[in-house]
Amino acid sequence: MASSNSLMDSLFQRSLEDLIKGLRLGESTFISKSLEEIRREIKLTDLSTKSVALQKLSYLAALHGVDMTWAAFHAVEVVSSSRFAHKRIGYHAIAQSFSDQTPVLLLITNQLRKDLNSSNEYEVSLALECLARIGTDDLARDLTSEVFTLLGSSKALVRKKAIGVVLRVFDKYPDAVKVCFKRLVENLESSDPQLLSAVVGVFCELTAKDPRSYLPLAPEFYKILVDSRNNWVLIKVLKIFAKLASIEPRLAKKVADPVCEHMRKQNVGKSLLFECIRTVFSSLSDQEVPLKLAVVKIREFLMDDDPNLKYLGLHALSIVAPKHLWAVLENKEAVVKAMSDEDPNVKREALHLLMAMVNEDNVTEISRILMNYALKSDPLFCNEIIGSILVACSRDSYEIIVDFDWYLSLLSEMARVPNCQRGKEIEHQLIDIGTRVKDARLELVRVSRALLIDPALLGNQYLHPILSAAAWASGEYVEFSKAPYEIAEALLQPRTCLLPHSIRAIYIHSAFKVLVFSLGVYFSAQEPTSSSLVQESTSSGSSAVNGFTCDSISSLVSMIELGLCSLSGTIDVEVQERAKNILGFIGIIKHEIAEKATSQDSETEVHRAIAFMEDVFSEELGPVSSTAQEKVPLPEGLELNENLEGLQEICREVLEPMAESDYSSDKVSFSVAKLRIRDQEEASSSSSPPLESSSLLAEHRKRHGLYYLSSQKSDDHKDRDGNDNNTSNEYPPANEISVDSFKSKKKLSKPRPVVVKLDEGDEPKTKPDASSSNDERLSRAIQTALMGKGKGKEKERVKENHEINLDTENIEQSSRREKKKKKNGERSSKRSSRRQKDKEASVTKPVEVPDLLL
Amino acid sequence: MGIRFILMVNKQGQTRLAQYYEWLTLEERRALEGEIVRKCLARNDQQIRFELMFEFLCSYAGVLAGWLALNEQCSFVEHRNYKIVYRRYASLFFMVGVDDDENELAILEFIHLLVETMDKHFGNVCELDIMFHLEKAHFMLEEMVMNGCIVETSKANILSPIQLMDKAH
Repeated sequence: MASSNSLMDSLFQRSLEDLIKGLRLGESTFISKSLEEIRREIKLTDLSTKSVALQKLSYLAALHGVDMTWAAFHAVEVVSSSRFAHKRIGYHAIAQSFSDQTPVLLLITNQLRKDLNSSNEYEVSLALECLARIGTDDLARDLTSEVFTLLGSSKALVRKKAIGVVLRVFDKYPDAVKVCFKRLVENLESSDPQLLSAVVGVFCELTAKDPRSYLPLAPEFYKILVDSRNNWVLIKVLKIFAKLASIEPRLAKKVADPVCEHMRKQNVGKSLLFECIRTVFSSLSDQEVPLKLAVVKIREFLMDDDPNLKYLGLHALSIVAPKHLWAVLENKEAVVKAMSDEDPNVKREALHLLMAMVNEDNVTEISRILMNYALKSDPLFCNEIIGSILVACSRDSYEIIVDFDWYLSLLSEMARVPNCQRGKEIEHQLIDIGTRVKDARLELVRVSRALLIDPALLGNQYLHPILSAAAWASGEYVEFSKAPYEIAEALLQPRTCLLPHSIRAIYIHSAFKVLVFSLGVYFSAQEPTSSSLVQESTSSGSSAVNGFTCDSISSLVSMIELGLCSLSGTIDVEVQERAKNILGFIGIIKHEIAEKATSQDSETEVHRAIAFMEDVFSEELGPVSSTAQEKVPLPEGLELNENLEGLQEICREVLEPMAESDYSSDKVSFSVAKLRIRDQEEASSSSSPPLESSSLLAEHRKRHGLYYLSSQKSDDHKDRDGNDNNTSNEYPPANEISVDSFKSKKKLSKPRPVVVKLDEGDEPKTKPDASSSNDERLSRAIQTALMGKGKGKEKERVKENHEINLDTENIEQSSRREKKKKKNGERSSKRSSRRQKDKEASVTKPVEVPDLLL
Repeated sequence: MGIRFILMVNKQGQTRLAQYYEWLTLEERRALEGEIVRKCLARNDQQIRFELMFEFLCSYAGVLAGWLALNEQCSFVEHRNYKIVYRRYASLFFMVGVDDDENELAILEFIHLLVETMDKHFGNVCELDIMFHLEKAHFMLEEMVMNGCIVETSKANILSPIQLMDKAH
């Protein structure tokens, strides 16, 4: 029965072509039906059927995402067939589906070995290709000797593929170098172009990972560079030299000539020309002649109509821009023209180049041009422009900005660009400038006011971060504003309900700061003793607040009260808390405002309260360095518990009732009710101001931790208990912040303001990556191989390589180094004596580059 | 390391050939193909104009009538940490994913070489040819690229083993 079944099946098995035709008809279940068929067919013993099934499966796996890892064993079976066609199918399937995790990987080792030793060169090539795709450590190790044999094979096809495989083998099993490297290098000198391109390709990859180990082979590469006419080979050799020359400058000098030769040729292919230019820009940029020539050639690229060439030209220029800006400046018109190109890639590259050209003098001009472009472009590019302006201007703490007023107005202009999505970055810069640049605060407040007043901006969610920065700045530097009432009104306008709660909280808090400031001015204005304060406030330039009358202050207070009343019942805890805090405060001082007109009593409770609040907000906030937190010493006797069990007791009374009630809405209302009770208690008792203010401050600090200087960690702990708050903020000593004064060299009307910079810098330090051990093994093996190469006529060179490794290797163990040092001592004396005698060039210099090149 | 993958995708986004030189799981492959195809297809939506191919290398043969490269924008797309060089021939997109330091123009020429080789073998190759003789396309690719490096660039050398193998069948 079984046999007849299989006979039937094999007679009517669908071939691959049928499968494809069936797929094109587009039945949705066709794939699953075929898969079932395949599963059946593949288990049969007949190899032909099996192989066709495997072929179909490979097809489905490659193009339709069908998983074929379950057929791994069958693939191995198919490969063991003696028919070439089957082998081909089997190897193809293996190459496609095997990975490091395939369990049957061990089974193919022998099969591969058999095929690698076969006399049929096509079988050998199949096996080699398969090994190249799936080679693992074990396979590489086991088959190294076969690969070695094949590297010396007489058949070019086989040799070429063996060379191709070598890369993978070396990667997985570095010890193979000892065996195979010599033959690999021999192939460098072969005259067969096929082999040459393969070998050079391999070296190109190897050099990319570890250039130092391949320096001794430089002469061979040089020969190829000069002699070869094949562009593919030349491109690869150029890449090799780019890597080698960057670690060995003398090589750069030598290579400069042939590279120039290639560039000057009449009909040089564009790809080769581009590679030459790229090599010059990245590694040979110290050499005058090639650099100038390359810049001339780049011009041709930029002027060409083909967007590919334009893009590549711009890309190459951006490589050379950091060191040789003149090259970019020469081509300025081309770059600006490219900004209006249709291709987004070209535009982006042009933008980067333009930003590289920015400096103090032309930043205003360039920004204006760019903003015009931004308004006309699509959203993506518009944001790119804005982003790159922001990055360039903020580099090194705003190094290129001289006129901060102009820059702040630019930032607000950006905020109004319709497509702007860079809200976070603008927010950060607004606040950053506020904390660092004192003189710009006036302008900052002016700009913030404009942003806050406009109700249209509240609807745009991308602008919310900017608005929050504006609100914070208005509150923090309210003393610079002309009309605090206006600001408070803007902060509490009804449309602010469109803001997310966190930003709303900032708005409310800023309103509080405005209120405190106004009250401070009002009350101090009333006191005859503090007339100096009044004089100060009225005489300080245009930022003066022209006193408050009783009416104006009470209207301010009632406006705030009105605005916040509705918020005292919101769901959001943050907003509600702040609103209630302010309302509570107002409740305390309200009755005194009217009385102020009549009584002259300067020592009331209210006075003290207001004076205290002013004090809270009077400390200036400066920038915080990223390492500041680490510098905070832990206070004595502080125990940080791993699990905060100790809190259980404290919080039990709060947590337990909550556990009883239901979750979600009940929980919320319960906690809200609790808070309300607490608030009322506090409002009634008169000893609360210190507590409220300090908890408010702590809250504020937690929210805006970035903008506060570091404080004791213990604050957080004490806050929970709600008692004994540490209200005296300890700031780091003054010598940590260095003030950088900057004198302008141009004849400007206004000197550049002072920008506060931090000693340690503002960027977090990045740790260097640990190198992989496999790479080290490989480079060590290569160096050993190169040293140990005992070629007859090059014995001296080998000795020098020996010394080279001695001089430059830094991975070696100390014992080895000592041994070699002794030998070096002997040799150098020998050499110096030889130098006097005057000799053939092959021996004398202790440098990496053999004399052929010097 | 050099070439990471080679894809042939038609205008509707169906993959016709996929060759990977590094191991990716099925889901990763599909995700990758989807993203890249979307990016490249979106770029070529504008009107097409014929463009004369400029001279690349000395071994360049004549332009094939139906296979003029159609490019309105530049052929390079940056995707994560590698570049994609692509070119559209009639209804098929040829996309090659390469490392950042690879010479893009050389890869463009490689794509053209591939197309010419297939043309020579199949005679006026079209998408259907590739669909029905996928394994031949794979073999051609295997002759040309090993381990992500281009090892063979002469059409004769690429095709001779394949022709011999076919005869021996």
